[in-house]
Parts: sequence; structure tokens; C-alpha cells
Amino acid sequence: MGYTGPLRRLTRRLVGGRTVPVLTVCLAIVLVWYLAAIGLNWQTETQKLARAGDYTVTEAIAATWSAQRPVLPAPHQIVAEVWKTVFDVRPTSPRSLLFHAWVTLSSTLLGFVIGSALGILIAVGILHSRTLDKSLMPWIITSQTIPILAIAPMIIVVLNSIGVSGLLPKAFISTYLSFFPVTVGMVKGLRSPDRMLTDLMHTYSATPFQTLLKLRFPASLPFLFTSMKVAVAASLVGAIVGELPTGAVAGLGARLLAGSYYGQTVQIWSALVMASVMAGVLVWLVGLAEQAALKRQGARS
Amino acid sequence: MSDARLAPALASRATPEARLAAFALLTVLLAIGAFLLLPVGGWPLLLVGLLFWASAWGLTSSLAALSPASKALDRLLSIAIPALFGVTILVLWELIVRGLNVPPVLLPPPSAIGSEIADSTHLLWADLVQTFLKAVIAGYVLGCGAGFLTAILIDRSPFLKRGLLPIGNLVSALPIIGVAPIMVMWFGFDWPSKAAVVVVMVFFPMLVNTVAGLNAASAMERDLMRTYAASHWQSLLKLRLPAAMPFIFNALKINATLALIGAIVAEFFGTPIVGMGFRISAEIGRMNTPMVWAEIAVAALVGSLSYGLIALLERRATFWHPSIRKG
Repeated sequence: MGYTGPLRRLTRRLVGGRTVPVLTVCLAIVLVWYLAAIGLNWQTETQKLARAGDYTVTEAIAATWSAQRPVLPAPHQIVAEVWKTVFDVRPTSPRSLLFHAWVTLSSTLLGFVIGSALGILIAVGILHSRTLDKSLMPWIITSQTIPILAIAPMIIVVLNSIGVSGLLPKAFISTYLSFFPVTVGMVKGLRSPDRMLTDLMHTYSATPFQTLLKLRFPASLPFLFTSMKVAVAASLVGAIVGELPTGAVAGLGARLLAGSYYGQTVQIWSALVMASVMAGVLVWLVGLAEQAALKRQGARS
Repeated sequence: MSDARLAPALASRATPEARLAAFALLTVLLAIGAFLLLPVGGWPLLLVGLLFWASAWGLTSSLAALSPASKALDRLLSIAIPALFGVTILVLWELIVRGLNVPPVLLPPPSAIGSEIADSTHLLWADLVQTFLKAVIAGYVLGCGAGFLTAILIDRSPFLKRGLLPIGNLVSALPIIGVAPIMVMWFGFDWPSKAAVVVVMVFFPMLVNTVAGLNAASAMERDLMRTYAASHWQSLLKLRLPAAMPFIFNALKINATLALIGAIVAEFFGTPIVGMGFRISAEIGRMNTPMVWAEIAVAALVGSLSYGLIALLERRATFWHPSIRKG
């Protein structure tokens, strides 16, 4: 073999790993985005320019990238809008994106925590009761095929009409969406110890509770975290959709709706970016918790 | 496993059949009694309702404790038990709502929802055509097709695969449903904008799963194809695509639910005056909850039927897979 200095090794690791490919793809997406912004905004912007007089192609392209109400805003416009609404405005003001993100995040988290706890409880119930397993489990699986999100507006309005408003109705939808994946994953996880291990617990004359605590629970952790990643993403979607129907004034969903009413595309996109960042961070946090928990169990990553 | 399941049935002294018959009779009688007591209300209704619940639970658990020898009977049981559970919930729902005089705005009784479905079949059908037959199916086919083709194309380049897979995984976790207002702006109020939302929603799960599936064939099998001097396309068609089928069907199943959700939620952002999402938000505005529930029942039915159809196709296509192959 030839020269294998640190530089060569680094290049090989970057190209052979995922960093360079991912960055390349991201770059390509940004490039396509800018081109698409030219194409989609061309008509409206050139019409505007033509009314003002002559224009060159460069001017037209510059105009498509800095339109007031673009069909597709250029990436830097979205970044500028996110920057402006996150850092230049007080976080407590309703014009701040952080304020709206927090409204959505709080109901997401509340719903996620309740939903996960409920999911684990139901999974334990299903594990120990054959009747529940045979009667409830098929319904839980079927209910995953149902567009549950369609219920969201009704839950909000109905709960509002009996005086429950604010955080709870939205958190309820998040709970609803996040408890299904956790239940299904936990049932699988709690059943994952094989016959040999359960027999071992039997020879120790362990009570069902001890078996649950010392064998089944630790064994189910990888399943739990995998389904919690799904659940936290679902619960964010639930919170956002929960903000749509009632003309809610705060939250990322409300931002989306207001943006679509007033044709503020940049506002819609910045809310979308915020929601995506939040989803990414939430899933990443669950992943961190997973690594920490599995490391304590002695797993090698 | 079967011994453990048999144990509770053997433990009770009465024969399982006798217990079963007794519980069934008791449950039906209590249900009739509860409905007769509805005008009376008060604690007698509460008592009979609770007794009905206990008896239905007993019936369900004695059914669940059975382990029939024949396979056909076992399959019948696996449908009958959840069905019985569902009926119990419906009866309890009806009893609670009517016994406690819950306002129909809050929670309509199942009977009201049923009669609403019967009364407005033409409306529900029109909504179904608009949302499901037009938007969902068009978007689903386009999105899944595009995801599949993209996966086949990038399969030849390991560089693109390494680059696109993490991004695809990330995007699958994002609240993509938020593009709905943008699509409505771009493609107008009618169904094409909803189909576009569905396309965006189903594209990435399909892409990620197909790419993962194409890598599922083991090195041994690939080497075998190479010793046959199979070309790229031959080994793709004869080995790697069949091996990818479980993954592809997994994506198709996930997407079936996503597509319906996407189309319904996109209608909250603007729609002509027909469609399931439109009907839900409009009837909620008029506080006509039975109609909302009827629409949700239709959505649930369509959702689980399409899921079932894909699961059926999967059984046909991946008959060789250990999870399908029995015994």
C-alpha cells in the first residue's frame, strides 16, 4: 500500500463514512431549491419588474430570490426569517417563533409523557391478562390503520365546549397518537425474553412482579426506545394538527394556518423549519437517552 | 405455551362449554335488561350496567381461555374475541351516554352515529370519492412509485445511498404534514393539492425502506448470482427485489395510513365544499358531532380495509418469508 498518512486516512473516513455524501446531497438540495425558486417565482416577479421598466436577467433572478410573497422562498430568506423571529424578538412576544415553538413543545411533551406512561401500563396489562391480549390487542393494532388525526379537531372543539381549553386538549391528541406505538413496541419487548430466561426466573421462584422488574423490563428497553422515537415524532404532529382547527392564536400549527390565510409563505416555511428542528432534536434526545440506558446495561455501541 | 394457556381452563371445575353458555346467556339478558331500564335510569341502571360489564368480561375471558384443537376454530376465535370486546364497548358507550344524559355534542351514542351514516350516505360517498378515490389513491400511487424508482436508481451508487439514507430517515420523522398549506397554495383548492401532500408524505418512507430492502439479500446469495454471471438487472429482478419485498410492503402499509391522514389534514387548509376533512371541520363548526363521528367511522373503515388489502397482497407476494410461512 502507498502513503497512508493521517490526511489520507481522514479523507477516506470522510468519503467512506457518511459525512461527505450527506453534505453533498444537502448541497444538491439547496442548489435545486434555488433553481426552483427562480422557476416558480419567475412569472410574478418579472411581471412586477416589467411594470417598473426594463430589467436584466440578473435583476430578475435577484428579484426571484428576494420576493415579498414568493411562491417558493429561497433558503436564505427562510433562514433570515427564522433568525429574525428567533433572535431579534423577545421570546415572550407573540411575534417570536420561540414563543410559538414553546407552546407546541409544551403540549407535545406533556402528551408524550402521558402517552408513553399509558402505553407501558397497557402493555403490562396485556402481558399479564390473556383476555386483554386476545380482546384489546387486535383493536390496538387495527387502530394504527385508522387516520386518528382526523379526530383532532373534534377533540379540541368538544373539550373547549365543556370548558377545558389551552394545553390539555392538544396534549390529549399527542397522548392519543403516542400511546399506540409505545404499547405495541412494549408488548413485543416485554415478550422478547426467551423461554430459557423465563424458566431461569422460574427456578429462582421469582414472582411475576420480580420477573417483570428484573427480566422483562430491562429486556424491553431497546424496543421501548425505538417506539418512543416514533411516538415523540407522532406527538409533535398531533400537537401541530391540534392547533389547526380552532383558530388557535399560538403555536406552530397556528403559525402555519395564519401564514396560509394571509399568503405569507416565508412565515409558513419558517414555522416548518422550526417544527423540523424540533422533531430532529426530540428524536435525537430520545436517542441519547437510549444510548445512556443501554450503556448502563453493558451494551456496546 | 399451549399447556400454560390450557391451565386456567382446566382449573375451573365447570366444563368450559357450560361456563361459556352461561356467561353468554347472562350477558345477553343483562344487556336487554339494561336497555329496558334506560327510561328508569338511576342506580338500577348503573347496577345492571356494571353487571353486564362484568358478565361480558367473564364471557370474553372464558372465550380467551379456550384453546381449540382445530385450526379453523382457532381462527374463528381470534376474530370473535375482539369482535365481542368491540360490541361490549359499543353497548357500554350507548348505555353510559343515554343513562347519564351526556349531551350529544359531547359524545353521541353509537345508535345516533349509525342512523347518521344511514341518513347521509350520499354525502359520505361524495366525500369518500373526493378524498380517497381521487386524492389519496393518486398521491399514494405517484408517491410510492417515485420513492421506489428513486431507490432503484440510487441503488447503483453507494455514495448517493450513504448520502440519501440518513436524510431520508430524518425526513421520515419530520412533521411533513406542515407542507399542506404550501401545496394548497401551489396546486389550488381541489384534490391535486391533497394528492401532492400525500406524494410528499409517502415518498421518503418508501425510499428508505426500498433502499434497506435492496440490501437485504445476503452476501452468499449475491455471490451465487455472480457465479451465474448474472447482470445487474438480472440479479436485481431475480434476487434483490424479491428479497426486498417484505421491506417494500412494510412501507406500503405505513404509507396507507399516512396517505389518508395527509389528505384529510390538507383539507383543513382549504378545499371545495366536499371531502372528508372539509366535512369534519365544517360539521364541527355547526356542532353536529354525529356527522363527524360518521365521517370518522368511514375513514376508519376505509383505512383498515386498504391496510387489510395490502396485507393480503403481502401474503401472496412474500409467501416464502418466515413471518408468513407457518409450521
